[in-house]
Amino acid sequence: MSREVREASADQAEFLGELIEGGILLESGVPGVYGHNDTFEDIRERLAERLSSEASARGAERLRFPPVLPRRQLESSGYLASFPHLAGSVYSFEGDEADARVQADRAAAHEDWSEFQNPTELTMMPAACYPVYPSIARRGRLPAGGVFVDAGGAWVFRHEPSHDPMRRQIFHQHELVRIAEPDAVLEWRDEWANRGLELLRSFGLAAELDVANDPFFGRRGRMLARNQQAEKLKLELLVQIAGPEPTACASFNHHRDHFGSNYGIELSDGSTAHTACLGFGHERIVLGLLRAHGFDPAAWPAAVRAELWPSA
Amino acid sequence: MLQEVVQVSDETVTQIRNVLAQHGRLSTSADALAPDDDLFQAGLSSHASVNVMLAIEDSFDIEFPDSMLNRGVFSTINAIAGAVGQLQGEPAAG
Repeated sequence: MSREVREASADQAEFLGELIEGGILLESGVPGVYGHNDTFEDIRERLAERLSSEASARGAERLRFPPVLPRRQLESSGYLASFPHLAGSVYSFEGDEADARVQADRAAAHEDWSEFQNPTELTMMPAACYPVYPSIARRGRLPAGGVFVDAGGAWVFRHEPSHDPMRRQIFHQHELVRIAEPDAVLEWRDEWANRGLELLRSFGLAAELDVANDPFFGRRGRMLARNQQAEKLKLELLVQIAGPEPTACASFNHHRDHFGSNYGIELSDGSTAHTACLGFGHERIVLGLLRAHGFDPAAWPAAVRAELWPSA
Repeated sequence: MLQEVVQVSDETVTQIRNVLAQHGRLSTSADALAPDDDLFQAGLSSHASVNVMLAIEDSFDIEFPDSMLNRGVFSTINAIAGAVGQLQGEPAAG
């Protein structure tokens, strides 16, 4: 059974219509999956460069990963307990020639061909920071002061089909990850929340920082969400793009020792590392810019252009 | 909502300690905790508190209403016992 598609508000539907009409977004036929034109990608790439250069200036190390996660890692991360409704798995054909013929015939008729599909060793990437933790854990004990990783603008997948142009099923999440002593991690998270706020405001976006929670699943999830709110573990940068609700364009997440103990990441003294990650949603920030300043970046305010095209 | 102190049996407390020992991943032994010791201070993580909540439901054959799915209810052994008592309909005592 396919997931119900979330409806867009009138404002969101109007904005999506303008983006498609203007050639900015290229429709795929599936809600929440779009291609980008040259204008969109130019802004997005400038944004990615800006975020990476901010990180690199503060000692970040670049790591890049493909947009699939080993299934075993998803299984041991706890993601399926917290977000079973968002996860996507990669399946592939297993069978003989006769099976392949039946599968092809059914597929050609758009009938159900899933009985020939079996799980592979891969799932879709749920969050861009996931592959970072085991990679760092494999290094053994961390140097004093821990590590700072720029995982770049990586493709991530969330199964939540919607006609809201800000809610994609697959999008670029630019993650910065800090793995270090507890105090250093919390301080870093808060410092970057403020840096992110200033950055978005320098782009001419009326961003606000607020306490948030993840969309955890079910009753278990309601309690996790309340815990997360009470402990202020998740902060978000909200921007009014297309109403009624503002859109979260970045989040700043403190995991305490959740990933450190899960992957056995050790600090220089042998204790368990704390972690935090920041995720900037490339597409949402670009959409915020397009809505605020128009579809022609050449005509944007000079101060905003100077932030993204410094040498132009 | 019942606010008075709910009288809890030793058996209830023992059962809660067992759940904490199995699911709490505490830095302190569950047997060494006083009934009013803060479980989060004792190392109970957010994820572990949810596992404790589910295990308490199974162990006592109860279901916490939405209003009880919060940190406060799972912050001490006494708080958990009080919530369990309310759901089991134990009479409140002074």
